[in-house]
Amino acid sequence: MAIIKVRNLKKRFGKLEVLRGINLDVAEGEQLVVIGPSGSGKSTLLRCLNMLEEPSEGTIEFEGIDLTDKNTDLPKVRESIGMVFQSFNLFPHKNVTENITLALVKVKGMKQEEAKNVAYTLLEKVGLSDKVNAYPSQLSGGQQQRVAIARALAMQPKVMLFDEPTSALDPEMVGEVLSVMRDLAREGMTMVVVTHEMKFAQEVGDRVIFMDEGLIVEEGPPEQIFRNPQNPRTRSFLTRVMQ
Amino acid sequence: MEAIIRTLPFFINGALETLKITVIAVGIGSFLGLIAGLGRLSRNRLIRALATCYVDFVRGTPLLVQIFIVYFGFPQVIQQGKTFLQTQFGLGPFSETSHIPAFIAAIVACSINSGAYVAEIFRAGIQSIEKGQREAALSLGMTPRQTTLYVILPQAFRRIVPPLGNEFIAMLKDTSLLFSIGIVELTRQGQLLNAAIFQPFPIYLTVALFYLIMTLSISRLVDFTERRLGVRGHHQS
Repeated sequence: MAIIKVRNLKKRFGKLEVLRGINLDVAEGEQLVVIGPSGSGKSTLLRCLNMLEEPSEGTIEFEGIDLTDKNTDLPKVRESIGMVFQSFNLFPHKNVTENITLALVKVKGMKQEEAKNVAYTLLEKVGLSDKVNAYPSQLSGGQQQRVAIARALAMQPKVMLFDEPTSALDPEMVGEVLSVMRDLAREGMTMVVVTHEMKFAQEVGDRVIFMDEGLIVEEGPPEQIFRNPQNPRTRSFLTRVMQ
Repeated sequence: MEAIIRTLPFFINGALETLKITVIAVGIGSFLGLIAGLGRLSRNRLIRALATCYVDFVRGTPLLVQIFIVYFGFPQVIQQGKTFLQTQFGLGPFSETSHIPAFIAAIVACSINSGAYVAEIFRAGIQSIEKGQREAALSLGMTPRQTTLYVILPQAFRRIVPPLGNEFIAMLKDTSLLFSIGIVELTRQGQLLNAAIFQPFPIYLTVALFYLIMTLSISRLVDFTERRLGVRGHHQS
């Protein structure tokens, strides 16, 4: 069953049309990977899925709720849609634990102690039990991104959106973040991942979407997209990035 | 010199008055400024326009004129308001006088003035927080209000400590204009002493020194607070 349904999604920034009519279903438990050249609209598409970007046209349904409807309680829906950003966006004035407990306490109304326990459990899961009291500025990029993943997971989302989660990392830190994401995928988390990590896409993705100039040009299982791309634009993109 | 030492208590009293007015005015001004600063960033066009008018008017006119408007102008408006209520609605009777005590007028004028400058400090502070902070908070299911309250403002506060300190120093010096409505603050105190013993150079030099002592202490205090808060985003742990 589709948990996310996107229909005829268009997004314009002034005169520039970044998304030119996207139709997309994401099934529950699916790991969908979005690839494409920069400027193709893949990040904008992802940011529309939790309405950080307001669509110019079209609809986005999450579990049957139309997010583009003005009456939709967006904060409520966003609790179920976790997001991980390229630049981590941890709260610099809060330590690692507080980064995770803030929304638990303020949004879910959880008790401070209970929220801390949730935080500790998740920090252990992402391998950062020794950093519970550290501030973001004291962590490496890879560590910060793992905290950001833990922070999103704390809300017990049904879907996780990843917006180029490893693009801002030094090469030696990419692995630790991808490994956390791999674990998540194995647990059956529904994931939409915008990435330049082609190896990860092949290995973890159930389905790959190739976007170019605001449209989905080609989609299919990773074997097909990477071994036998049908569209010439997909082919030329892949030769450029895979060499 | 001996005259100055003898009159030192007067200077101290004047300085305390100056400090008192500044603290109250910047205190109320910070509150007004927070509201106006948020208003300048509101999605609502009317709120934005009102906040902009307030800031532009205050920053575009001299404080001395604002003091006169409040002290001499407002009583006239109040008087006419009373007359209007009496003749149109038969309300009242009201007290005869509409005079505003000088101290109250001073606080009102300086608070309104300070509020406009603080509004711009808040606006700049809030806008300096990276867009990603707001997005991260929203993506966790926080409402825009919670996002502002728990994520944006706490970070903005740290960044506005230095400019807020500057505003405090500026206001401290500007309260000298209050001599014009008879507030006996530091400058006026100097004037009165000079009228009594006519020693203009030592007296006004002492006045200046008192201002200097206060402003320097405040900037040290701001530096200290800045370090404690880790304004530059680095926490000492």
